Amino acid sequence: MHDGVATGPTAASRRGSLVLEGVGVRYGATVALADVDLELRRGEVLGLVGENGAGKSTLIGVASGAVRPDAGGMTLFDEPYAPISPLEARRRGIATIHQELSLVPHLTVAENVRLGSLPTRGPFVDVARANEIAREALRRVGAERVDPRTRVLELAPAERQLVEIARAVAEERSFVVLDEPTSSLGRADAEHLFDLVEDLRAHGVGILYVSHALEEVDRLCDRVVVLRDGRRVASFARGEYDDGLLVHAMAGRELESFERKGRAPGELLLEVARRDGRGATLRVRRGEIVGIAGLVGSGRTEMLRECFGLEERLVYDFSGPFGDERVARSPWRRGVGLVSEDRAGEGLALSRSIAENLCLPRLDRVARAGVWLSPSELGRAADAWCGRVGVRGAGVDSAVRSLSGGNQQKVALARLLHADVELLLLDEPTRGVDVGAKAAIYRIVSALAQGEGRDLPCGVLVVSSYLPELLALCDCVAVARNGVLGAARPVEEWDEHALLAAATARDGGFA
Amino acid sequence: MTRYGQVLRALGPLVGLVAVWVLFAVLAGSDFVALDNQRLMLVQTAVVGTAAVGATFVIASGGIDLSVGSTIALGTMVVALLLDAGAGPLVAALGGIAAGALVGLQVGCAVAGRPHVVAASLVFGVVSVLASEPLGIALALLVAAACGAIALVAGRRHLPQLELSPFIVTLGAWGALRGLAKGVGGNQPIYPDDRGLDGLMSSAESVLGLPLGVWILLAVAAFAAVLLGRTPFGRNVLAVGSNVRAARLCGVDVRRTLVLVYVFGIGCAGVAAVLQYSFITMGDPTTAGGYELAVIAAVVIGGASLSGGEGSIRGTLVGALIMTVVANGCVKVGLSNWVQEIVTGAIIVGAVALDRSRRASLER
Repeated sequence: MHDGVATGPTAASRRGSLVLEGVGVRYGATVALADVDLELRRGEVLGLVGENGAGKSTLIGVASGAVRPDAGGMTLFDEPYAPISPLEARRRGIATIHQELSLVPHLTVAENVRLGSLPTRGPFVDVARANEIAREALRRVGAERVDPRTRVLELAPAERQLVEIARAVAEERSFVVLDEPTSSLGRADAEHLFDLVEDLRAHGVGILYVSHALEEVDRLCDRVVVLRDGRRVASFARGEYDDGLLVHAMAGRELESFERKGRAPGELLLEVARRDGRGATLRVRRGEIVGIAGLVGSGRTEMLRECFGLEERLVYDFSGPFGDERVARSPWRRGVGLVSEDRAGEGLALSRSIAENLCLPRLDRVARAGVWLSPSELGRAADAWCGRVGVRGAGVDSAVRSLSGGNQQKVALARLLHADVELLLLDEPTRGVDVGAKAAIYRIVSALAQGEGRDLPCGVLVVSSYLPELLALCDCVAVARNGVLGAARPVEEWDEHALLAAATARDGGFA
Repeated sequence: MTRYGQVLRALGPLVGLVAVWVLFAVLAGSDFVALDNQRLMLVQTAVVGTAAVGATFVIASGGIDLSVGSTIALGTMVVALLLDAGAGPLVAALGGIAAGALVGLQVGCAVAGRPHVVAASLVFGVVSVLASEPLGIALALLVAAACGAIALVAGRRHLPQLELSPFIVTLGAWGALRGLAKGVGGNQPIYPDDRGLDGLMSSAESVLGLPLGVWILLAVAAFAAVLLGRTPFGRNVLAVGSNVRAARLCGVDVRRTLVLVYVFGIGCAGVAAVLQYSFITMGDPTTAGGYELAVIAAVVIGGASLSGGEGSIRGTLVGALIMTVVANGCVKVGLSNWVQEIVTGAIIVGAVALDRSRRASLER
């Protein structure tokens, strides 16, 4: 094992690469990866893009020793490379920074950074030296503000992500795999990460950069490889591509640009105002999609949760036919549905079947006399809804876990159709969802607001941090800042800059 | 998952049962395969099996019940007390079942963040015992009910709605209920006269060649299988076990679901207590020691996940039968007790390991 922090000059001079040849992985009948070739050279940043379910995670798993391929093979520095565990991959020189953090919350930052190879003095841990190593690694990732002696559970998500990256830096590997590294970082930290990636590249480290954010790929990567349905469908060198080309390769089709049809708002469904009278009053009418922009932590999610009865109503007052306290007590039965921002943690019961998840709020609708639940009827109902929203992948009796992120989200949305709600509360409905599923979700939501296939159109309140989404989908948009709502204005009066400016006005910047 | 995979998954523990049965049939021969021995094994499964059927609900909801053995002991004491006081067999049996359900109500309320119910029950119990000497039974119960009602109202307002871990609650109940079982009999077993509950587990009262106790187990299991598999309540239990936040988001009344899970689950331990009474024909505060672990073993061998969200009644029955077959087979082969204990332990771990690897290979 290497020791110390700084990447030595010998590392830079040693050439070599990680090569995947014809790698294939199957899960039962599902082909996760098929015949993928990939070469990651030292001293370059290779972008890996693709929709959710395209096989990026599986490919990362193969490279980092977590998944064993069923076909093909790998070489590392021209030697055969078939890691049996993530530990062996790390020993051979490949560090992986996963999206789900792999830190031990009850240990200190320093202990986490050197976990598995803590410096010792005699039989004891050399705490001073561990702290020093960690401090140096944190400095390199631009996180001097993090004290190596604090326990990880006291850190904010962004700081945890930085510690994770610092650990990879301290390990001084030849290759680093970054899986959506900026997903929980603010803008300043993200900038620092980009600098670090460029610094690592200059020191001869090979970096596999997996991201949804095309502008990051564009900025950092020397080459880009596109995966679709488990296959490598395209690769581009820097300057050979633009966003349209990448999206086309990822989706396998031109995404029809989403057309917003004119809608005529009907009667008032919900009215929201702060109890202390600050800010504007928000109104949602039938046949209308109202968006709320704002930074993470600006109080938007709390508002939806208070409305839906998941939190006690302390900050906001709700009125209108769906603002009632009784609605909050049994929202699904009274025509209100919510899609959670935290799909895995709250949105879906991942180990239960698609059908059960879809019908859970209104099982009584598929049960005879409200008590006798026939599995075949449950399956039939779920099948119909899955067909409507275009869930692709496994059958309705399979665990939701077996679906890709985008299809999972479609299940969470289909739940609102099954419960036949009239007011939709959507919290980050397309977070972590690929381009194709995004378009499908927009189509479903706008059809509901249009009233297609229903007696009456729905009203929709959507919270999103993805501005193009709000601009494409909504009829009017309000901006939340520090828990206070601004006045909703027609979407035509907004553009991305105006929304961003309104969301950040007092603080004057990100993070 | 494919049809084939589902069949394999459903059969999984059954294959294990057949395997251990064949193994002991070969080792022990005619002694083991005799029809009488098959009947005996079913009888031996009845108590743990009935309790395990209930525990399947508890474990599927993401909980655990460490107090099964103590509940059974308390139940046998209640049955014996009632019989001793001149009650008929049906009343005594219902009393034993009610004791289990009441324990379940307390555990469920403690787990689901309803501490005022537990507090009120404690007040009611303590006051009725203390007041029965000076006031007489009827008046004491009246006073206790009034005190309990006050505690219920005051507790609802002032007690924090703390949700306690089922492990801790039932660990406490494991000790407390055994103490209560000893207390109700003045630290002595109770030997009532035979009033018709003694024959459930013997061939004295058999239907179609099987003792009534076995039929009771099958009836409880059939009811539970329908409840878990074919009702919205059952799906809610599994949803709560799989992801409690998702269940809450979907409007599942998590508290009510959990309370009902424990009332039914530990109520089944009450039924098991009646069967256990019939087996030993006395109220014994020290009986059924260690049954909680046999029950948990049966449930997990049957394919339930200790982290919740999975469980099947059929699997649990098979799991309970595997435990019996191993114990019975070891005796027939003539292994000493200590070997038998080691074998049982190994089979529990081995069976669950097999099940997990089978599932992993199905999911691949």
